[in-house]
Amino acid sequence: MIDRDSPVTEDELHAYIDGELPGDRMEAVASWLAAHPEQAALVASWRAQAESIRARYGATADEPVPERLKLDQVLKQDRANGRSWAAMAAAAAVVAFIVGGTAGWMARGASAAAPTGFDVFASEALDAYKLYVVEVRHPVEVPGNERTHMTQWLSKRLGEELRIPDLQSIGLKLVGGRLLPGPTGAAAFYMYESPSGERFTIYCAKAGEPQTALRYASDEQFAAFYWVDDKIAYVVSGPADRQRLENVTKAIYEQVDKGASKKL
Amino acid sequence: MATFHQSVEATIPALRRYARALTRDSDIADDLVQDTLVRALRSEHLFHGGDVRSWLYTILTNLNRNRLRSLARRPTLSPIEDNDAPDLAGPEAGGRDIERALATLVEDQRNALLLVVLEGLSYREVAEVQGVPIGTVMSRLARARVQIKNYLDGGRPALRRVK
Repeated sequence: MIDRDSPVTEDELHAYIDGELPGDRMEAVASWLAAHPEQAALVASWRAQAESIRARYGATADEPVPERLKLDQVLKQDRANGRSWAAMAAAAAVVAFIVGGTAGWMARGASAAAPTGFDVFASEALDAYKLYVVEVRHPVEVPGNERTHMTQWLSKRLGEELRIPDLQSIGLKLVGGRLLPGPTGAAAFYMYESPSGERFTIYCAKAGEPQTALRYASDEQFAAFYWVDDKIAYVVSGPADRQRLENVTKAIYEQVDKGASKKL
Repeated sequence: MATFHQSVEATIPALRRYARALTRDSDIADDLVQDTLVRALRSEHLFHGGDVRSWLYTILTNLNRNRLRSLARRPTLSPIEDNDAPDLAGPEAGGRDIERALATLVEDQRNALLLVVLEGLSYREVAEVQGVPIGTVMSRLARARVQIKNYLDGGRPALRRVK
């Protein structure tokens, strides 16, 4: 749509109308648009869209807030409902894995309670995945054949007793692991590889909450499952193939879930 | 300094607006806001500073995603809406056009567009809400705008054009 050689990019046109351009670029884009009527019309159409959206929905924010949405009402209602949220979330986490299949996965809805923890851990883990998964010669600090040493070392650094899952049964070989800086201190990072060179990683670090249900996030290329169990957050990352990642995640969960026998 | 509860309370009108535009149904929208408030209050202890408003938008966005997923699992029985009547002339018709155009967007694109143009969030804030890099937010915005333009320029089903 926009000439490659032109000094103004399409991203800049969006940033221009969204007030995201630095001041000096604003003027440059404005005068460029004055000389490019076709793009100016496009920009005008985007502005018109935004105005229609605001005209359609803007007034909702000026309506009086209904009684049931007032905070004291919400608090009162929630107390009346009485059930322990933590217990529900924990139950959901366990059910999601034990039941399996569609019914179990529906329980993931309970996890929306902690978006901050999830976002932080999942983005750190995905960043680590993207950084090291392309690494051919040095993807890990400690090779997979030193599993015992790696378990002791990483457990000591995290201050938690870790287990490094064995995923041979689903055809994944442990490449090795490394120590990373995480949102809450040290994080352990293990990498696995399939015979076809597909790589999966597990990222774990101390979590700010005791337990959460399972959550899934993905972008065009990569995906991650996240959960917290026994105060440790786990993020399993891999290519964006949900079914495949779900199978890998289940295999990992079965091995790291310290409380599984107790809960059953 | 505003307390956590005050900050949440002050955001309720904006959450209602965002939810209304996301769901295009006032009852579903208010249910979504109510669920958002319940989750927020229950997980207050998990909120370690930062922007309460962005955090609430994040919860609402995630709850709406869950809602859409559970809808997708059910067989679709969509009622015939009043909105399906031929467009009236006047400003109301324009409102319905944009409503239908929004309905044709992919969820992530709709979220990004509404957070920017309706809720006035910065690209950075939207990136946090959606848990993606800023570049992804920008490409979602760009795609949303192309899609809406196509729809409004006549990409909608021919039946809609019969007056």
